[in-house]
Order: sequence, then C-alpha cells, then structure tokens
Amino acid sequence: MLYREAGDFKTSYGADNQTFPIRFDRWAYWVLLGVAFLVIPFVINDYWASSLLVPFLIYAIAALGLNILTGYCGQVSLGTGGFMAVGAYSSYKLMTAFPWLDMISITLLSGLITAAVGALFGLPSLRIKGFYLAVATLAAQFFLTWLFNKVPWFYNYSASGQITAPERSVFGITVTGPNTEAWAQYLFCLVFVVALAWVARNLTRGTVGRKWMAIRDMDIAAEIIGVNPLRAKLSAFAVSSFFIGIAGALFFTLYLGAVEVNEAFGINKSFLILFMVIIGGLGSIFGSFAGAALLVLLPVALKAVGVDLLGWPTDVVAHLNLVIVGALIIFFLVVEPHGLAQLWRLTKEKLRLWPFPH
Amino acid sequence: MNAQSQSFVTEDGRTIGPTVLDLRNITLRFGGVEAIKDISFDIREGEIRAIIGPNGAGKSSMLNVISGFYVPQEGEVWFRGKPRPAMKPYEVAQQGIARTFQNIALFEGMSVLDNVMTGRLAHMKTNILTQALWWGAAAREEEENRAAVERVIDFLEIQAIRKTPVGRLPYGLKKRVELARALAAEPSLLLLDEPMAGMNVEEKEDMSRFILDVNDEFGTTIALIEHDMGVVMDLSDRVVVMDYGRKIGDGTPDEVRGNQDVIDAYLGVAHD
Repeated sequence: MLYREAGDFKTSYGADNQTFPIRFDRWAYWVLLGVAFLVIPFVINDYWASSLLVPFLIYAIAALGLNILTGYCGQVSLGTGGFMAVGAYSSYKLMTAFPWLDMISITLLSGLITAAVGALFGLPSLRIKGFYLAVATLAAQFFLTWLFNKVPWFYNYSASGQITAPERSVFGITVTGPNTEAWAQYLFCLVFVVALAWVARNLTRGTVGRKWMAIRDMDIAAEIIGVNPLRAKLSAFAVSSFFIGIAGALFFTLYLGAVEVNEAFGINKSFLILFMVIIGGLGSIFGSFAGAALLVLLPVALKAVGVDLLGWPTDVVAHLNLVIVGALIIFFLVVEPHGLAQLWRLTKEKLRLWPFPH
Repeated sequence: MNAQSQSFVTEDGRTIGPTVLDLRNITLRFGGVEAIKDISFDIREGEIRAIIGPNGAGKSSMLNVISGFYVPQEGEVWFRGKPRPAMKPYEVAQQGIARTFQNIALFEGMSVLDNVMTGRLAHMKTNILTQALWWGAAAREEEENRAAVERVIDFLEIQAIRKTPVGRLPYGLKKRVELARALAAEPSLLLLDEPMAGMNVEEKEDMSRFILDVNDEFGTTIALIEHDMGVVMDLSDRVVVMDYGRKIGDGTPDEVRGNQDVIDAYLGVAHD
C-alpha cells in the first residue's frame, strides 16, 4: 500500500527523470546507504568482510563495468580478467614507484591506465561484432595475462613472480597490507562502489548512454541519426575498462594482498563476471549488483548449508556450486534474458497495483 | 539571379524558397549493376518533394545517397549552394538532414522518450566528464532538450506512450515514433522513406496530416518516397519519377500524371 506513485506529482523534467521516481524507493535507497555507511562498519568482522562484503563490492564494480560495455553498448567482451589484471599491476607499479601517493589516487590512476588499454583493445570492435569480437577480446585476455607473467618488470623482478601489496594508508588509516582492519577495507571499497554506481547511472541516463544503447539496438540507424560509432564504441570500452581496472586494483590491493596473474585474473574471472552480468540483467545497474551478490553469496551459502550443516564433502559442494551457476545461466538465457533486474522490475510493477490489479 | 534561386508563394500560401539540395548527374553502381544512372534534380526550401517509381527503380538508393550512406561513383551533391564533400552518415545528420526508414529502424530496447531524445544528439554538446558527474550543464542541457522533445511528442500525439519500450508498440505507432525521432532533430531537410507503407486508410490520413502540418508549421523541407499515388499527388509540390535507375519525369503532380513515359512505366507498354 505504501508503494504508490499516486499523489506524487512531478513538476519538472528533472523530477520526472530521477533515478527513483517512487517515494518508497527513495526512502529505501537512503536507508540502505545509511545502514551501509553507519551501521555495518561498526559490526563488521574479518569473516564477513573477506568472504562476503568486500568481494561483493569489488565484483559489483567489475560487473557495472562489463554491463556498460555489454549491456548498454552491446559489445561482448571476454577480456574482463585481463583488464582487471591491468588495474592490479598498474596499482602495484604505482604503489612501488611512488610510495608517497595515497591509495585513492593510485586506484583512480590504475583505472585511467586500464581505460587507455581498454580503448586500445576496443579498436577491433569498429570492424567486427558479436562472436568475432568476443574472440578478439579473448585474445586480449590471454595476451595481457601472458604479458604480466613473462615480463619481470611488471612484478618488479620478484623471485616468485607474484606481486604483493605494500602497506598504504588513507587519512592515516591503513587500507592495504596485512594489518588492515576489516571496517577500513570495507568502507574504502564502499566509497568507490557508491561513487562509481552514481557515475554509471549519470552516464547511462544522458546523451552518452543513449548513444551506447542506440549502437547496441541498431548500429546502422544510430549512425544515420548522428551517432559517431567510433567515439561511442571506444568511449564505452574506455569507461567500462575504467571501472574494471578499479575493480582489479581493489581486488589486488585490498582483497587478496598478493596475486599471481593466471590464478587471480585468468579466463575464469572473465566468465564469472560475464555470468554476473547475464544473471543480474544486461543493461541494468541494479542487475550488476544483484548478479554480483548472487554469485558471491552462492558458494558461501552452499558451504554453510552443505559442509557445515549437512556434513557433505567440500569438493561435492564446490562442484554443486558450478552446477547451480550453469543451470542459472541456462535458465536466465531461456526464460528471462534480462535477468534478475527484469524480475525485480516486474515485481515492482505488480506491487504498484497491489492489491487491486484492475 | 536565375529562376532557380528565387522564392515564390504557392496557391495555398506557403513560401517556397531557393534550392536547398541539388543533385547533379548522380550515378551509383554496385559492382556491375547501375542502381542510379545520371540523375539530376533539386529540392527547394519549404517544398514537399516526392520521389516515385516502380519497385527497384532506385528510390531508396537515392535517399541513401542524400543521407550519406552510399557514396555515388559520379556526380555531386550540392547542399546549401556548396558541393558537399564525401562525408559519413553521422556528419550528414549533424548538418540538419534527418530521415526515417522503409523498415522501421527504432531502438527497440529503449523507451519512446529515449528514442525521440536520440534525435536531439546534434543539439547536445556536453562532454562525457560533465555527464558522468551530472554537473549543471549536463542536467540543464538534458532538461532543455527534453522540453523540445516534449513539443514534438505533443505535436504527434504520442504523450500516452512516452515511457513505453518501443518493442511493445504496434506498427503504426512505431512509424509515428520514428517520425518523432526525425522531427526532434529540427531538421532543415526531412527524408521520409515510405512513411505510409503497410498502413490502413485512417493511419494514412493521420500520417498525411502530420506531414502537411510539419511542412506548414515548421517550414520543414520534405523529400518523401511513397507508393500510394493518391497520397503523393495530394501532398507533394513536385514529383520526380524514376524507373530502372533513370529519371523519366519531373514536375508538378499534374505534369507528371500526363507524362507518357510515366504512364508507360506504371502501366506497361504494348509490345507488338
């Protein structure tokens, strides 16, 4: 009964175009932000941070990035893992070369470097699309991981070939290295997630987003009504890679702390993030969050139920996870190609009319 | 001053201005096939110019040449008194030439409003950084252009479906949304490729009224391809007739109707 737009009159185009047109949604949004910023940091512990919240936040950024490219601009990419590696190795090189630089700048700069690399690998998209583009981005994935594995300069000639994040702080609070507290880690990621989600929303509701969607829906018509396909596609690759680069940087500096490129940023990572986007919903910001949440939560929940509660062997539960993810992908591709976001949208439409649907 | 560049007032009180677009000896080939053979005609400011002809005559190819989608092997396109260099379709659009398509080319995944807003691209200049942060200029530009789009939406009477995804609309409304998208650009030259194809009589009447209103209220120059002869003869000021890539007639509807070549092309000739 609370979920109504009746009586909530919009008197300007700005108000008509806002992110949450329904009052209840606006409240829910602010309550959620309030809890995320003012409650969770005080109750969080290491387990919750490292197994759920921090990976969720980081994957949400990566999923947002891929969703901009694939969901909004229609360019399929399997190079996400490789671009995350670019972000991670950029942040490592920046941290070791400029020890005085603060983590916020390092993370943003890593994003910018990845954006440049992404735009470069986006060039083939001007000629090829669909499956062929997917294969071209796959080449980016393998080339980038190979590069970081084979050129010792990237891992500062360390004997193990790994990169390890040194301790760095923001405003006097340690955010990387082994001495980081869970709440600092969480809050640092949260700030990036909120800021980037806001940027993604701004880009997709304005001219830039409409150009991307026009290219996605019908590229020839888009060009004839005045979209420059070169600039639209490359800007999508650049913005998407910026997000993915930041996710990669945070994944390395805050979450893992030490990284071996093939293990952390292999082809599996590309697929994982693509699955998040497909399950969550192509072309939806909410969907990026929903997909990331589901795929981060699923193995943890299965482990809690399967291993801890029912006493099944760990490997069975791990395989069960893969089976369920596979089944979900097939289910969503067949039944609801727009993913969880579309289910959520339909629920909201029903809710608006409830309890009198006629 | 030659006769071509003088303005005059038509019987129904509209002003027809000087030549906007002048096509000079256009020849377009696809491999060995000549789709357009040495065609010249002009479009004057404020007029409704029809291009007619049997199927495969090269009408749509002609429109594609004007909108920059095809580059002719020979001949020149003069726009506003200057020869137009070879340019990409999006550059032509930015010059103020908008068009609709024979087979509807809307963006199915977007709402009607967003589709019509894409028509405003040439008027929206803020850069990606301003947009990302939704600073003053970006939000202001969005609202100003939304106001312009709302005027077009009012004009074409599609207020009720503003927020509907285009994929859910019936055929006739899609055609109207496509016209709205082209109009939102406030074009100086509007190209319509079979705006009434597949419509019933009432929808055709509505569409004819919109085309006349656009021409009358905004003074927009219109070039249209249409198969319905009744519509063409009623709407247009001048008609070009094409057959097998050649121009076989050019003039007012009455002149064209009396042209023996045109009658032969449409009705066939006796072979004896």
